[in-house]
Amino acid sequence: MKTKTDTIRVIIAKVGLDGHDRGVKIVARALRDGGMDVVYTGLHRTAEEVVDAAVQEDVDVLGVSLLSGAHMTIFPKILQLLKQKGADDILVVGGGVMPDDEAAELKKMGVKEILLQDTPPEVIVSTIRRLVAERGPK
Amino acid sequence: MNPKQGSDPKDFATQFEAWERQELAAFLEKAPERQKEFRTMTGFPVKRVYTPLDVADIPPEDIGLPGQYPFTRGPYPTMYRGRIWTMRQIAGFGTAEDTNKRFHYLISQGQTGLSIDFDMPTLMGFDSDHPMSEGEVGREGVAIDTMADMELLFDGIDLEKISVSMTINPSAWILLAMYIAVAQKRSLDMNKLSGTIQADILKEYMAQKEFAFPIRPSVRIVRDCIAFCAKSMKRYNPINISGYHISEAGSSPLDEVAFPLCNLITYVEELQKTGLHVDEFAPRLAFFFVSQADFFEEIAKFRAVRRAYAKIMKERFGAQNPESMRLRFHTQTAAATLTKPQYVVNIVRTTLQALSAVLGGTQSLHTNGMDEAFTIPTELAMKVALRTQQVIADESGAANVVDPLGGSYYVEALTMQMERGIFDIIEEVDSRGGTIKLIEEGWFQRRIADFAYDQAMKKAKGEKVVLGVNKFVEPEEKHDIETHKYDPTTAERQIARLNRVRRERDQRKVEQLLDQLIAVANDERQNIMPVTIELVKAGASMGDIIERLKTIWGIYRETPVF
Repeated sequence: MKTKTDTIRVIIAKVGLDGHDRGVKIVARALRDGGMDVVYTGLHRTAEEVVDAAVQEDVDVLGVSLLSGAHMTIFPKILQLLKQKGADDILVVGGGVMPDDEAAELKKMGVKEILLQDTPPEVIVSTIRRLVAERGPK
Repeated sequence: MNPKQGSDPKDFATQFEAWERQELAAFLEKAPERQKEFRTMTGFPVKRVYTPLDVADIPPEDIGLPGQYPFTRGPYPTMYRGRIWTMRQIAGFGTAEDTNKRFHYLISQGQTGLSIDFDMPTLMGFDSDHPMSEGEVGREGVAIDTMADMELLFDGIDLEKISVSMTINPSAWILLAMYIAVAQKRSLDMNKLSGTIQADILKEYMAQKEFAFPIRPSVRIVRDCIAFCAKSMKRYNPINISGYHISEAGSSPLDEVAFPLCNLITYVEELQKTGLHVDEFAPRLAFFFVSQADFFEEIAKFRAVRRAYAKIMKERFGAQNPESMRLRFHTQTAAATLTKPQYVVNIVRTTLQALSAVLGGTQSLHTNGMDEAFTIPTELAMKVALRTQQVIADESGAANVVDPLGGSYYVEALTMQMERGIFDIIEEVDSRGGTIKLIEEGWFQRRIADFAYDQAMKKAKGEKVVLGVNKFVEPEEKHDIETHKYDPTTAERQIARLNRVRRERDQRKVEQLLDQLIAVANDERQNIMPVTIELVKAGASMGDIIERLKTIWGIYRETPVF
């Protein structure tokens, strides 16, 4: 059995008014089935609420799902808030529907990975494992 | 061939057994089938071939004739021989002026009805300058804050001639009030206005997750809209009871039609409590379903839901007017089946889905744009989508006969299976304490999430084929696609107009009306529509109305299940 310290802790969040939660629930379940500790914030959260929760839960990864098109507003805000709180060792991963060029831009800003629709669940699990391994212990 | 084949089931059963023993067995020995078993998307087993034996226990009157109870074969006797379905492409982005331009374009291309997509703040009842609206104003749909926006939205459009569908839920009654206010300002005849608001709040808690208030006051608003329209707007559909979003959230095709009927039952019961007879409002109830990927199952689904509805309205609610038993529905092809890889293939997917909606007898149809896995569609993508419908209507011949698949052994057997599945679910929901209780317990939400997860795993394993995603993948593919670009000045332009309305209105009058709104809201016997119409005429914004009601009703936070 894994000890608590090497279990990857993930918070999955929906930010803003976007109610599309089909993908986010699949991701949360796949990560949980992959042996991670998963918290899902539920819908309609603000960037502040989500960052506070990530810090409080002391997670490795903050996954944000967005299908509303507001990704270019919301991700920069989240990255900035994490920095302000000295929590920018939390890995930010995005998911949902967004154009390729904007996804590339978000990665330049500091989002570690963008997992778009139709990413197989096992790829999501292995990507999170890889990102956490690359970062090393917090 | 024996011309009497099928007329005597016993003879045919003998013939069928002999065929299985001889031709089939010999053939299978040489050439085994592709899979051990085949299933529909819902999971019903699919036989090798369907025969008279599979339809032997369907009472002929259950199939019946078009325009006649139980309406399996269609709501009208002549269907598309009389009038082609309404081609209703949804549109909405930016401000009211931006969307108005797209409407005029679509009408010039032969579109016959309007359908409006609103942005997330409007859908959730927030004004454009609310902090929650940041980044979302006019992005996924058009932004509407006040009646001034609505006047611009319908500029140059004859509302007595063109029907308008508004895809909106928790804040639907306010949009309806604005639409009425615009029509009254133009001195139009209220009984000539046609169209619909979606206003199907229960499926929001199940699936789409757009809500402002807790469940019970929200259902009361729906009740008020239906009761108001039944009296004052004879041609208007005050609700679009929807399976579409349930499917998009991940449900099976069966649940997609069964859950809306559970919601229907709840709404009808609420209206009956006000003393209305079902025949006073049921003829204007309308539905909205998806057309999914499993071609024949979808056709069976549409036929089955029509039959189930007819039986519910007649047997459960005592409807006497046949129009109260006649289900009419809008269809949209399945956005969740669209892919980014090889996105042009989406045209083909959409064509098949559109054809099954037509063969299933839809009253209006939206075909998705090929680029919708990227963002909202461009003008070109919308034009191809509209032309897809026009090809089916004008070139394919599919519209020239009513219910062409009626009598197909497979489709009839599947229709029966679907109908039984629907009634099993309704019975289970009744026995567990009803729809609202089960929404609160997350029962529907869990069924949806379970099916979605199962489908995602099947896709990942390649059991559910999606071309370009898990079969015939082109790893080097580059997307040289022109997509719709969001105008960054949208929010600024929108908020400027909102502020102008706020400056110019009589603030004291708005405050008085808001107090009156609270009094009406606190008295269940009153209808919320009249005071809302007065409010929007006085320049109240959607946010003014929603925020004030939240002070007495509170908000809704779901307990997520996954």
